[in-house]
Amino acid sequence: MTTSTTVGKPRDPGSSPGPAPRRRKNLLGRQPLGIVFSAPYVIFILAVLAFPLGYAVYISFHDFFFTAPGVAVERPFVGFDNYAAVLTDPDVGRSFANIGVFLIINVPLTVGLSLVLANALNRVTRLRTFFRVSYYVPYVTASVAVVGVWLFLFAQNGLVNSILGPLAPDPSWLVNSGLAMPTIALYVTWKQLGFFILLYLAALQNIPEELYESASVDGAGKIRQFWSITVPSVRPASFLVTLLATITGANLFTEPYLLTGGGGPDGASTSPVFLMYQQGILQGNPDTAAALGVILVLGVLLLAFLQRRFIGGKDD
Amino acid sequence: MAKDLQPTLSTTPATSATPAVTPVPAPRASSTEKQRGLRPVSFILLAIGAFVFLFPFYYMFIGSLQTEPDTSVAGAFPNFGNITGANYVLINESITLFRGLVNSGIFTGGVIACTVLFGIPVGYALAQMQFRGRGAVFALLLLVQMVPFQLLLIPLYVLIVRDYGLADSYLGMILPFAINSTAVFVFRQYFLQLPASLFEAARIDGASELRILLQIAIPLVRPAIVTAILLTFIGPWNEFLWPFLVTKDTAFQPLAVSLANYISNVAATAANPFGAILAGACVLAAPAVALFIVFQRQFISTNIGSSAKG
Repeated sequence: MTTSTTVGKPRDPGSSPGPAPRRRKNLLGRQPLGIVFSAPYVIFILAVLAFPLGYAVYISFHDFFFTAPGVAVERPFVGFDNYAAVLTDPDVGRSFANIGVFLIINVPLTVGLSLVLANALNRVTRLRTFFRVSYYVPYVTASVAVVGVWLFLFAQNGLVNSILGPLAPDPSWLVNSGLAMPTIALYVTWKQLGFFILLYLAALQNIPEELYESASVDGAGKIRQFWSITVPSVRPASFLVTLLATITGANLFTEPYLLTGGGGPDGASTSPVFLMYQQGILQGNPDTAAALGVILVLGVLLLAFLQRRFIGGKDD
Repeated sequence: MAKDLQPTLSTTPATSATPAVTPVPAPRASSTEKQRGLRPVSFILLAIGAFVFLFPFYYMFIGSLQTEPDTSVAGAFPNFGNITGANYVLINESITLFRGLVNSGIFTGGVIACTVLFGIPVGYALAQMQFRGRGAVFALLLLVQMVPFQLLLIPLYVLIVRDYGLADSYLGMILPFAINSTAVFVFRQYFLQLPASLFEAARIDGASELRILLQIAIPLVRPAIVTAILLTFIGPWNEFLWPFLVTKDTAFQPLAVSLANYISNVAATAANPFGAILAGACVLAAPAVALFIVFQRQFISTNIGSSAKG
């Protein structure tokens, strides 16, 4: 079974069957064993992603609560009740506003800094590997580990405040309801920037050098070249960066949980995923938590759609 | 893309003044001068960046060795009167670092093993085999990368922890991450680069697909396997939320989870909480950072770019 189907002479392994003299009509394709090779992956995806995805929507429309395994209970369909509960919950509104603050700070900062640093990295030849590695180190390190240092740095009497001296904010960064979310946004920007720099670096290397040469012949300065050649050329990458940064923001959990002790001060840094954890798992309301998850994802899709409209990226 | 840019450039006043066809020597000289002049700007920018990126790591290490936390500016420099290994002992007493490292290792190792074992055949099949449903499998691979984890959080918890009773088990931790789709994508990209004629010849010679995979394809894509292992390693090693939900028993907690629990619950009662936290952070960070520095060539930008695009 393994080889018999391929003995023919498939000179063209590409897509078109063409006018091959001996075209085999095999229902399963020329190498049906490919199905066997793919099976574990497909089964994995269906079991761990596709089914739970549907299950999430199911849970969000039912009065769902935890029971002991194997106990059959009635879980009545409740329509949009869970959604109504989520949308009228002031904590949820607060958490979405917090994410809004996060995105307003994080996304422009990420796009700007990673593009500028990638551009600089693309020009400089000396110590290039060193720079690349140093930018990427925070990204490969566990958030839990670096959160420890940030707690130390931004504590009331931490290094940042001792450098700032009288300019230090009071109350300090992470316990100040106005500064907690911006500090988290700053932390995440720092942590993820290396990944985005590498994304931009890949995009920059695809810009033909002649464009810059002809532009400098035409008398365009470096700044002008950056705005007229670099920025438009990396638009598809910019779309990807804004999209991924938005998704990171929507997934925010570890950072507010650890940096601000689980969403303080006064709920100023609760994130939707933190509320999902709190309501769904700690308080035993998986139905409203699932509804919150659906709303959150719809929000991300809406933002992604808007970003695609305004930033583009379709020619990628 | 180049076509789109041309009009933008030619409509600028600067370019309309000088005809683009005849290269004028004067502006060219000045532009190269500008180029040379700007290089140090880039270099300084990068150096400031590198400092901002690396300083917290240096500070993490220095802080982990301090007997008394010194948060003054002078504390950022090594002070031999204030150095101790006690913080490592302290954190080890609270969360048994070794146990945490072993758990992290089992979690990460399990994910890597499943990814390599099941991911290579799919990658090969997608790149070099013609079979019914290939397009569908590839579409699935691309789609999977867009599934948001927030949606899966609750149903996966209900299924794995409540229905299957896999709380406090390695299987429950590994299951949602078992096959890393990004790594599958990397495998496919590498297998695509191999000439199809190579495999056709082997098939004509009567080699079975399994034998082609094991004896021809895999030996040729060793670098892909290293890349995929590194890409896969970062995820579970650094993952916090899922193992945090699944493991309540400290005997099963990966280091990231036990350290996080220490930070949020125990630290306040310790004599030098920051020292202990930073010592734990160093232990957690070291393997990933070391692995990354040793194999940094595998993280070439194009790999990351193509995998992220998928």
